[in-house]
Amino acid sequence: MSAQLSSARSGAIEKPADPLLSIRGLRVGFRKAGSQFEAVRGIDLDVAKGEVVGIVGESGSGKSVGMLAALGLTSKNAVVTGSVRFKGDELVGKPAREMRRIRGARIAMIFQDPLSSLNPVMTVGAQIAEAVRLHQRLTHRQAMARAVELLALVAIPQPERRVSQYPHEFSGGMRQRAVIAMAVANDPDLLIADEPTTALDVTVQAQILSVLRSLQERLGLGLVLITHDLGVVAGHADRVAVVYSGRVVEQATVSDLFADPRHPYTRGLIASIPNLEESRERLFSIEGSPPALGRLPGGCAFHPRCIHTEARCREQDPPLLDLGGRFSACHFATTLPPFHSASPASASLETGSIAP
Amino acid sequence: MSRYILRRLIAMPFLVLGIVTIAFLITTVTKGDPLTAIVAEQQMSNPEVVAAAKARWGLDRPLPERYMIYLGNLLSGDLGTSFITKRNVGTDILYRLPATLELVFAAMIFGTTLGIVLGVLAAYFRNSLIDHGARLFALFGSSLPVFWSGLGLLFIFSVVVNWLPGPGRLDARLPLPPGVTGFLTIDSLLAGNITVFKDALWHLLLPAFVLGWTVSGTISRLVRANMLDVMSREFVLTARAKGASEFRVVIVHALRNTMVPTLTVIGYSFAYLITGAVLTETIFSWPGMGSYAVEAARALDFPAIIGVTIVGGLAFLVTNLVTDILYVVANPRVRLS
Repeated sequence: MSAQLSSARSGAIEKPADPLLSIRGLRVGFRKAGSQFEAVRGIDLDVAKGEVVGIVGESGSGKSVGMLAALGLTSKNAVVTGSVRFKGDELVGKPAREMRRIRGARIAMIFQDPLSSLNPVMTVGAQIAEAVRLHQRLTHRQAMARAVELLALVAIPQPERRVSQYPHEFSGGMRQRAVIAMAVANDPDLLIADEPTTALDVTVQAQILSVLRSLQERLGLGLVLITHDLGVVAGHADRVAVVYSGRVVEQATVSDLFADPRHPYTRGLIASIPNLEESRERLFSIEGSPPALGRLPGGCAFHPRCIHTEARCREQDPPLLDLGGRFSACHFATTLPPFHSASPASASLETGSIAP
Repeated sequence: MSRYILRRLIAMPFLVLGIVTIAFLITTVTKGDPLTAIVAEQQMSNPEVVAAAKARWGLDRPLPERYMIYLGNLLSGDLGTSFITKRNVGTDILYRLPATLELVFAAMIFGTTLGIVLGVLAAYFRNSLIDHGARLFALFGSSLPVFWSGLGLLFIFSVVVNWLPGPGRLDARLPLPPGVTGFLTIDSLLAGNITVFKDALWHLLLPAFVLGWTVSGTISRLVRANMLDVMSREFVLTARAKGASEFRVVIVHALRNTMVPTLTVIGYSFAYLITGAVLTETIFSWPGMGSYAVEAARALDFPAIIGVTIVGGLAFLVTNLVTDILYVVANPRVRLS
C-alpha cells in the first residue's frame, strides 16, 4: 500500500513557502436554546497553491463545519473564532459583502449530495451562468456560452444540449460534474470539496475523483478533500489532517501518515480499512463511539476509546506537537510502538481487540 | 404541453354539462316551492293564478322536458329569466360578475403579495419578532370572521378617521364610466376620468383588504412552512457558496421552489371567492355574485341559482386549468400529459 501511495503523489511533498489558506485555532460554537457547545475546538491547517489536502474524520467530527465556518457559511447562531487567512487576508469577521466576492470566485466549495445541491427549478446552464455572472461582467449569452465550455471541461457529453436541461434530467454523477463545473467557473484558487463522492456509486466515485484531480492539476487549484474515506485520501491527497471531536489530532504527508501514524486514533482508522487478503477476519473497529458534542470527556477527547490511555490522558488535553514537518496531538506521539501499516491484522495484534 | 391543454379544453364542455345537470337537479330536490317566489301569498290559494303561473314558467311540464328546454336555451346563451328581478339571468350575472371579479382580483393581488412577503420574512427571521408578528397577523386574518373585521375596519376608517369612503363601489354622485370591462377602475382609466378612478379605487381598498387578509393568512403560513423546508436544502448552501446575495438566495433560489403548493392555494382561493365572498359583498354593499347568490337562494329563484352555480363551476374549471399550466412554469419536474 505504501509503495503505491508514494508513487501516487511523491513529487508534491515539499513544504510550501506561502500557504494559500492558513487556518489557525479555528473554533466554532453553537448557541441553541440557552445551551452552548463547540463543534470545532481548534483546527490548524495550511493549504498551498496546487496542493491537495485531505481532511479525514467521522461524521460529526467537525470537519465540514470547520470549512463552512472558514467561508462564513455557518448558520446565524454560530460563533466563529480563530484565524482563517486566505492569501494573507483574514476571513474571520470579514463583512458579508466582501465574503461574497471571495466565495465562488477565489474559493469555491462543493457539497456531498449532488441530488440536492442543484436547484431543481433552474436549468443546469442557468445555475452555472449565474455563478459566472455573480463575479464577472458578462452578458447572459456569454455566460451561457461559458457554461457550455465548463460542462465540456468536466467531460459531460453533448454540453450544448445538456446546458438547457434541468438537474432531474442528469444522473447523479453528471450532477456532481455540473456542480464541479459551477465551482471552477471563475477559476478559483482553492476548491473545498465536502465529501464529493459519498453519495455516489463506487464506479462513479472514481470518475468524479479523476475529474476533480485533472481539474486540480490543470488549473493549479488548491484542493481540500473532506472525506471519511481513507482510501480517497490515500489515492489523491498530498497531506492529511485527521480530525477527531472538533480538532486536528494528526497532520502529515500521506506517505508518512500511512507508513507511521503517530496518533492512536489514526492507527485505529487505518487498521479498520478492510483488507482483501485477510477477508475472513472480522473487520477491526475502534471500540466505543465518538463523544457527543458538548459532552466531551476531560483531558484528551479520545482517551475513553484509546488503548494507550494513561492517567495523564484523562487530565490533560495534549497540544498539537510538531514532530518535524508533521504534527500529532498525543502525549505519546514519539513513544508509540511501531505500526505495521501493511496489514491491519498486525495492528490488531497489538490491540488484541480483534476476534479471529 | 399544448396537446395537454387541448385535451383539457375538449373535456371542458362535458364537465360544464355535468355542472349544469347537477345544478338543475339540485333545484328539483329542494323542498321549497318556487311558486312562492312567483305568486303573491294571497293568490297562492287561487288555483287559476297558480296554474297560470305554472304554465307561464313551464313548471307544469315533466322534469326531463324542463331539463331539455333549459339545455336548449343555454346553448343559445339564454340562462332563463329570474323569478325575482324578471330580468335575464345572464344579464344579471354580466352586471354582477365584473364587480366580484374586480373585488376578488384586488383581494388576491393584495392577499398573495402580503402572504408571500410575510411568509418569506417569517421563515427567514424564524422565531424573531417579525416571525411572531407575521404569524399573529395570519392568525387574525384567517380566523377573524369577515363580518367582524369588515365592520370594525369600516367603522374605524370610514366613520372614526374618515379616510376611506363607506360601502358601495362608487360615490352615488359620480357617473358610471362606459362599461368596457365592467371593472370600474379600468373603465374609468380607459375613459380618462381620474376622479372616478380614484373614487373607485378608494371604495375598493377596504373590501379588498378584508378579503385579501383572509387569503394572506393561509398563504403566509404555507409559504413560511415551505420556505423553512427549502432553506435547509443543500442547493441553498450551494447558492451561498457561489457568492449569491441573501436576497438572491431567498427570492431566486428558495422562493421559486415553494411556488407549486402556493399556486394551488391561490387558484383555489380565487375560484372559491368568485361565489364565496358573500359576507364581504354584503357588508360593503358590493353588487357581486355572492350577494346575488344569497338573494337567489333565499327567494328560491331557480334560474338565478342555477346560473350562479354554473358560473361558480366554470370559475373552478378555468382556475384549475390555469393553475395546472402554471405548475409547469413553476416547476420543470411537473410533466403534463
